[in-house]
This record gives sequence, structure tokens and C-alpha cells, in this order.
Amino acid sequence: MEKFEKITGIVAPMDRANVDTDAIIPKQFLKSIKRSGFGPNLFDEWRYLDQGEPGRDNSNRPLNPDFVLNRPRYQGASILLARENFGCGSSREHAPWALLDDGFRVIIAPSFADIFFNNCFKNSILPIVLDEQTVDRLFQEVEASAGYRLSVDLQAQTITTPSGEVIPFEVDEFRKHCLLNGLDDIGLTLQHVDDIRAYEERRRQEAPWLFG
Amino acid sequence: MAAKTLYDKLWEQHVVRTQDDGTCLLYIDRQLIHEVTSPQAFEGLRLAGRKPWRPMANLATPDHNVPTTPDDRSGGVAGISDPVSRLQVETLDRNCEEFAIPEFPINDPRQGIVHVVGPEEGATLPGMTVVCGDSHTSTHGALGALAHGIGTSEVEHVLATQCLLQSKSKNMRVVIDGQAGPGVTAKDIVLAIIGEIGTAGGTGYAIEFAGQAIRDLSIEGRMTVCNMAIEAGARAGMVAVDGKTIDYVKGRPFAPNDEQWAQAVAAWCELTSDDDAVFDREVVIDAATIQPQVTWGTSPEMVIPVGERVPDPAQESDPVKAEGMLRALEYMGLKAGTPISEIAVDKVFIGSCTNSRIEDLRAAAAIARGRKVADNVKQALVVPGSGLVKRQAEEEGLDKIFVEAGFEWREPGCSMCLAMNADRLEPGERCASTSNRNFEGRQGQGGRTHLVSPAMATAAAVTGRFVDVREL
Repeated sequence: MEKFEKITGIVAPMDRANVDTDAIIPKQFLKSIKRSGFGPNLFDEWRYLDQGEPGRDNSNRPLNPDFVLNRPRYQGASILLARENFGCGSSREHAPWALLDDGFRVIIAPSFADIFFNNCFKNSILPIVLDEQTVDRLFQEVEASAGYRLSVDLQAQTITTPSGEVIPFEVDEFRKHCLLNGLDDIGLTLQHVDDIRAYEERRRQEAPWLFG
Repeated sequence: MAAKTLYDKLWEQHVVRTQDDGTCLLYIDRQLIHEVTSPQAFEGLRLAGRKPWRPMANLATPDHNVPTTPDDRSGGVAGISDPVSRLQVETLDRNCEEFAIPEFPINDPRQGIVHVVGPEEGATLPGMTVVCGDSHTSTHGALGALAHGIGTSEVEHVLATQCLLQSKSKNMRVVIDGQAGPGVTAKDIVLAIIGEIGTAGGTGYAIEFAGQAIRDLSIEGRMTVCNMAIEAGARAGMVAVDGKTIDYVKGRPFAPNDEQWAQAVAAWCELTSDDDAVFDREVVIDAATIQPQVTWGTSPEMVIPVGERVPDPAQESDPVKAEGMLRALEYMGLKAGTPISEIAVDKVFIGSCTNSRIEDLRAAAAIARGRKVADNVKQALVVPGSGLVKRQAEEEGLDKIFVEAGFEWREPGCSMCLAMNADRLEPGERCASTSNRNFEGRQGQGGRTHLVSPAMATAAAVTGRFVDVREL
């Protein structure tokens, strides 16, 4: 996994609550057996005026001019500002894969759905929870000035606005450590092979039917 | 010793080790695998030169992509006309073979939706930790198991280590007190719960469903309730073990053998919350207040009793919510104030991991018997949850009732719940669906989904609009 340390980037606003993973990446693209290439189909049904299909060239499809991410001022954005319960619904990891593939490394929202939140950390995306008032204010600031950028420093756990305001955020210590060092969870767990075997040995006595 | 909740007990039994920061390595007893969220996990194993830790702890079956028409199914994998879907199902077969994972392939009589197959086979049992790369894994909590959905990276992690890195959730109990009225099903109960606590109401919690109305439900009904815990934001939903749980499990192919049975039952009987256990949050709903439910919007929390009218965003004080309601009404092509009973449907879908078990099909058939699908309904599908459910239904003659009434009787799979195969809504089409998500585009781009129980879906099919099934 790629390391995550600091990011400074354009902020794109996604001003609706309960954005689900079906919206982030519609089901037809889940037929892929790869982890990459989902970026052009991020928010496909909102982003384009026609119906997307896997394997199709997306570069000549008609864009929906009303969709926020299609506005010129948000091109190249790497930080997504969102509303409550972002990423609800399906567990599809294709959702963070699509966000990452389209350049997003940070998502800021008042709350996230559990599985999506977890999936982000496995893909070098930092989901940040801020209180609703702060998120509201950031939405206003993003709207007010084109090219609005934020700087996110994971080590320091801070977001810095263009005016120099510093907003602290919380992050689970272990997840922070994994992101900062780009650690592979499986490699970490396999350092505890003896613990796993000891557990299995004990459980085999307590509940032998689980090992039938 | 401090009193424990069911969730506390299940959690503690599975902790392999605890890190300094409280993150736990949790042992996983069963992983269910399907074709959509597993290919990248197997590829990860291959690239790292890793092998599954315990191949037999996994069980795979293709479900999301498989065609459901008898013609398309007769050709097996080779008969899947969409080449991209076919490759995904072939990839699952290949991966299971290479890594020695047990699989029920496409036309095995035991194939079906993973969440129907697991309990049906006894492959998911009380007291187990169960995971799958699918959010509706919460279904298996109905057996007194700790079950939740995971992403593909975690599928790979479980394959490689038989463990997951997890932080413990908080405890929540939803108590449905008293008896549910006639015509009020498990689906109506869970939709009413989601309407009450909202789609994020359970975020960060593991929910235990309790109370008389939950205990009164069959195990299949409890599966319907736990299935939609994720629609309330909770990764895991569960119900304490009782006599019904034990009876349900007995004799299933993967259930403990005679020698181990008594020991297993003794362990399972401990799987209840202690009387004085403390929950971080508790919600109590009087079962008598629950009516048959219909969703009107694009989130499962946008739900009301069938006798009511589509709500008015102008009455909503929270501006973000009001905006969401406006958007939902526009997408759904509905006006505030419209009686639910005046909404006509174009299609009807009976199926999905929420409502495709034998009891669901019986409930639907009881309404369909001797009636006809209304003229304005273009298509009404019945998609059994597994090959064994299908066979059972056919032995009971349910298929004939459906076909005589004008329904299509299909082969098992996820089908129109998420429309990854050919079963889908066209833009603007309105569907009465027994599935679990009414998100924009879920059943096909531009499609409009109303979530209901199997009986209510059948009632909509035969009248052409939503009606209170109790008045038929």
C-alpha cells in the first residue's frame, strides 16, 4: 500500500447525505476482476448523461454539466468534502478503488458508513470525521472561492485552510501507523502465526465441530 | 463477573490477541465467497505467494452475476451470454479449484445466494464468526452468530490468516415488544426499525434484536430482520439462540455430527445476553404499532405504512434532509401527499437474500393463489434463493401457483436486487421489490424501487398498485 503522509489539494464538494456505494460505483463495473481502472466510472450515473458499460471508452461519453465533479474548478481534486453517512450500502471495495483511481486521497464528512470507512484505510485513502458545523463551514468556503485547497497532515492530525486556520482531527492510532508506513495488514498479522495456532488449538478442544 | 451482551460473548470467544491500542485480531470461523468481491483477493494471494490458511473454513458459490432464466442456465457457465459476467464466474471456479476452496458451482443443486446457502447447509452456525465480501452477511446473525460484511482486502486477509483486525463495536438492543398483528411480517418489522432509527442509526453498533415479536419470528424471519441491520448502518445484527435456533440447525449437512451435537447445543444455549447486561443504546418499539410498510424514496429510511401518504419535504426542518427528500421525490417521480395506495407498479420482484427463502415464497404464493398479475404489470419475477429452496417450492406446487397467476418462475441468484445480470428495471420503471435497497439506479439505471414484504409485493402484482395486503 502507498504511504500517506501529507496531501495538499483541490477540494470538491459532494453536497448530499447518504451517498451510497452503488452511486459511487454502479454494479455493472463490479464485473471486473481487477483492482484498477474504475476512476472514469466514479459516480457514473451522475457523471454522464448516457448509460455506462464496462469496457467502453468513457472519453467520448456525454458529461452531465450539472454534476459537481464535472465543473472545471474541481478538476484535479484530491479531497472530497461530503455529508453524513457517506459510503453507506454495499461493502464493495470498488468504491474506494474508484475514488483512488480518480485521484481522491482524503474524504471529509460528518460521518461515514462502517464498512466503507474501513475499506478506505486499506487503500491509502484517509477518511476524516469532522463535526457538522465545521463541515458546513468548509462547504461554504469551497463554494466561495475557486481553486480552494486544503492541506492535510496525517502525522500532525491537522487540516490547514487557505486562511491558515488549523483544524485538528482524530484518527485511530493503529490505522494512522499503517497509513503513514504503507503497511500491509496481512504481513502484520502473519507475525502472530503462533498466537493464531494456539487459539485454534484451544478452540478445537472447546468447540470441535468448528474444525470438522 | 460483569454481565455480558450476546455480542460481548461472541466477540470474546474469538479474540486471538489484543494490541496495545485495543485493536483485536479476531478469529473467523466461516468465510462465504462469491464471484464479485473475491477475484482481487485471490489474485493478491497469488502475487504474494500465499495460500489459504484453512481452505475448508470457506464456502463459495456464484450468485450476483448468474442468469436466472432456465434457458440461459441450461448451458452452465458457458451459457452466460455476457462475456464479462462469464469471466467472473469462471474466475471463481478457477480460484476455488486452485486454492482447494469448497464451491457449489452454477448448476449444483445447492447453488444459490450465499446468505441463503450458508444457513441452509448448516455452514453458518450459532456462535460462529461469519464474514463475506457482501454487506448483507449480517443475515447469519439470526442464528446467534457474529456475522458481518467486509471489503475485498479483508477477504484476502481472512483467506491468508483466518483472522481479521477489528475494533469492537458498541452494543445496541432493539426490542420489539408485544405481538405483531396479522399480515405484519419480519420485513415490515425491520423496515419500521430503519424508519425509526435511520440508515445511520446503527453506525458503530452491533445490534441485537430482541423482544417478543422477534422471538415469535421463525429463524427465516429473523434472517430477514438481521439481513437489513446494515441498512440501519450496523455491520452486524443478531438474535439470541433459543429452541427454534437449535431445531433449525439440526440435521443440516455441515451441522455438528451426533457425537458433537450435545456439546454444541450446550455451548449454543449460552449465547444470550445476560439479564442485567448493559447496552450503550436501546430502542423499544411496540409491535402493535407496526403496519405493512412501503418505502417511497431512495433510502431504506424513507419508509411509511401502506395506509399513509408520500411525505412533504416542506414539513422537514433539517435542510440537508429536506434536500434529500426533494431529490428522492424527483427521482421517484412522486408528489408529496400522494396516497401510497394510488401508486401503480410496472414490475414486481420477489427474491434476494432478504426474502427468497421457502417461507417467503409460501407467503407470496398464498396471495397469488387463484389471482392474476394485473394488466399494467409488465413483469413479475419470482427468484428462489437457492436450488434447494426452488426444489422445495416445486415439491409444494408453489411454482405452479406463480406461473398460473402470471409470474415468471426463475433459477436461483441475486437477480434484480442489484441487476448485475439481465434482470433489471428500465429507466422510469417502478418496482415493488422484496429486496433491501431502494438506492438510485440499484435495480437498473433510472429504475424506481419500493421495498416491501413478499406478501405486499404479490398484492401489488395482482392489483397493479400498492395495497394493504390485509384488505385483499
